[in-house]
Amino acid sequence: MKLKRKIPLIDQHDKFGFWGGKFGGSFIPETLKKPIDDLTKDFQKLRKNKNFIKKRNFYFKNYIGSPTRFIKLENLTEYLGGAQIWAKVVSDANGGAHKIYNATVHALICKNMGKKYIVGDTGAGYAGKMLSMAAKKFGLKCKIFMGAKDIKRQKPNCDAMRKNGAEIVPVFSGSQTLVDAVSECMRYWVSNCDTTHMCVGSTVGPNIFVKICGWSTSQISRELKKQIKKKFNKIPNKVKLINCVGGGSSAYGFWSEFVDYPKSQIELIGVEAGGPKKSKLHAAPLSRGAKLGVLHGAASYVCQNSEGQIKETESISAGLDYPGVSPIHCFLKDTKRARYTYATDEDALNAYKLVTKLEKINPSLEPSHAFAEAIKIAPKLSKNTIVIVNSCGDAKKDRDILRKKLGKKI
Amino acid sequence: MNKFISLAFKKAREDNRPAFLTYTVAGDSTKKKSLDILKSISKDVDICEIGFPHNTPIADGGQIQTSAYRAIKNGIKISDVFQLVRIFKKTKNSKPVILMGYYNMIYQYGENKFIKKCKSSGVNGLIVVDLPWPENKNFAKKCKSNSISFIQLLSPTTSKERLIKIIKDSHNMIYYISMLSTTGGKLKVSPKQILSNYKKIKKINPKKNCVIGFGITEKTISKLKNADGLVVGSAICKEITKSLKNGQNPVINVSRIVKRLKNKIL
Repeated sequence: MKLKRKIPLIDQHDKFGFWGGKFGGSFIPETLKKPIDDLTKDFQKLRKNKNFIKKRNFYFKNYIGSPTRFIKLENLTEYLGGAQIWAKVVSDANGGAHKIYNATVHALICKNMGKKYIVGDTGAGYAGKMLSMAAKKFGLKCKIFMGAKDIKRQKPNCDAMRKNGAEIVPVFSGSQTLVDAVSECMRYWVSNCDTTHMCVGSTVGPNIFVKICGWSTSQISRELKKQIKKKFNKIPNKVKLINCVGGGSSAYGFWSEFVDYPKSQIELIGVEAGGPKKSKLHAAPLSRGAKLGVLHGAASYVCQNSEGQIKETESISAGLDYPGVSPIHCFLKDTKRARYTYATDEDALNAYKLVTKLEKINPSLEPSHAFAEAIKIAPKLSKNTIVIVNSCGDAKKDRDILRKKLGKKI
Repeated sequence: MNKFISLAFKKAREDNRPAFLTYTVAGDSTKKKSLDILKSISKDVDICEIGFPHNTPIADGGQIQTSAYRAIKNGIKISDVFQLVRIFKKTKNSKPVILMGYYNMIYQYGENKFIKKCKSSGVNGLIVVDLPWPENKNFAKKCKSNSISFIQLLSPTTSKERLIKIIKDSHNMIYYISMLSTTGGKLKVSPKQILSNYKKIKKINPKKNCVIGFGITEKTISKLKNADGLVVGSAICKEITKSLKNGQNPVINVSRIVKRLKNKIL
C-alpha cells in the first residue's frame, strides 16, 4: 500500500472507490446507485468548472470568513517549556467550526442539481447547524437527523438549527448518537432521493461523500500553508500537525496540503476519543486496533464485535462519538504517513481547562482532545519544533457539559 | 443456480398465482419462536426469506429494525441463524430458504466460509442489501458455483442500461423494489405503476423469476398478483411486535396474517 505524490488524497482511489485497495468503496442499496452516480458525475464536472470554483471561493471568503487565524499560543508555549505551540483557529469560521466548509459546498451542489431539499446528519450538532445555516443562505429546505442523546447534550446547536428554520428529526434507535443519526439520514435519503440531496457530515460514507467533504475542508490547509510560509518565510524543518479525529473531516482538511512532505519534516498526528478513563467503551477505531468492516456504505476500521455488529461508543465529545472513521485515515494509518493516538475524556477536559486558562481561545471538547496530545508531547520537544493544533470548533455548544463537569460558566 | 427456487416458481405458475415469499428475522422474538413461526407459516409460503439481523440496517424501516434489535437483544448469533435453517430444513427440505442481510456480517465471517456454511445448512439463496452490482460480481459467482442463487435487486432508480447488465448477470430470481423507500414504507406508487415497471424488467428477460417487494400489505397484495412472486416482510414483523405488546402468541397471529395474505393472491 503506497501513497501517490502530487495527487490529492481524495483522488487516490481505484475504480471501485477503494483507497489502498480496501478502504472506502460504496456499499449501498441499489436504490442509491443512481443518485450517487449522478452526484459523482456532477461533482466531477463542478470541481473543474471555473465559475463554480469562483463561487466557492467567494462564499468561503465572504460568508465563511476565510482565512481563519493562525496564532502562536505564547502562554501555553511558555508554560509547557518545550515546542512552540500554535493554533489554527478554524472555529473563527462563520458558525464556529470547520463543518461550514462541507455544508456550504453541499448547499451549492444541491442548488446546482436543481434540488430544493437537503438533509444531513449531525453528532455534536455543528454539521447540522452549519447545514441549516447554508440551507437558509441558499434558500433550501433542511432536515437534520440527530441522536436523541446528542440533542440533549448539545442544546445550543439545536437551538441554532431551529432558529435557522431547519427541522431536527430525533433518532431514538440504537445508542441514540451519531451512528444512528447517519443510518436514519441514509434511510431517509433512500426514500426521497428523487427530490432531496444528502450531505454526509464528515469524510465518511460512500466514496463520493468522502471526496466532497475532503475537497471542502482542504481549504484549511491551503490557508495554513500560506500562513506558515508568511510567518516563518518557509516551511520549518520540524512541524507537527495535531488534529482530533472522529469521522476525520477536519483532520483531512488540516493535512491535505502537507501529505507529500516527508514525515520527518511534517508529522501528522490524529487524536481519537478514548472515552472515559474507567470505561471499556471508546470511539477510537484507529488507535485501539479495531478491525476492518463496513459501516454506512464504506469499508474502514470500525468498532464492532466478532459478528460484525457495530459496537456502542462512548465519548464526552459528541462530534467524535462515532464507531467508524474515514477510509482516508485508514489509508494514512496503514501507509504510516499519519500517527494516531487517543485522549480520554479526562485528558480532554484537563486540556480544555489549561488552554482556556492561559489563552484567549475557547476550543470545544473535540479539539480539546488534540490539545491534550500537544500538551503531552510539547515539553519533550525542542524549541524549534512547531506544534500546530487545529482548534476546529468553539466550546459554546459544550456549555452544559462543561458547566456540569467543571462547574464553570462559559 | 438453485433448483428448489426455480421449482417453487414453477409450482406457483402451475397454480396460476404468484409465488408467495415471507420475510422474518431470525431470532425474532426468540430463537425458538422464530423457528416455530417458520414451521407454522411454511405450508402457506413458497419461499422463506430469513433475515440475519444487523444493528445498523441502512435500508430497513422501523418494523424490521425493531425485529432485528429484538433478535440481537435476545442473543441471536450468526451460528444460530445457520442452525435455525438447518433444523427447519430437516422437516421442510424442499422449501427454499433465502438468507437476507448486510455485507459486514458476511465480511466478518469470511465470504468463503459463509457460503460454505450456507450450503451445508441448506440455504438456497442470498440477498445482500448493501452489495450492489457490479461490486457483487465476484461474490455472486462464488454463490453460483455452490448452487446458491444470488438475488440481484432492482429499483425504480435503476437505469435501463443498468437493468440489462444486472439481469444478464443475475441467477434464477431477481427482486424488484417497488418504490423509493426503506422496507415497510407506505406504498406511495400505484400498483399499476409498479406493474408497469415490472413488465419492463420482464421484457428484458422473461425467463427470470421476478418478485416484487417493499410496502406490500393485506391492502395492496391482490393488486400486484400478476407478478411472478410477492414478498411481505414488514407487515409480518409488525404483527410480531403487536402480538408481544398485547401479550399474545406471535406464532398464531403471524400464521393467521400469512394465511390471509396468501388467500388474497389465490
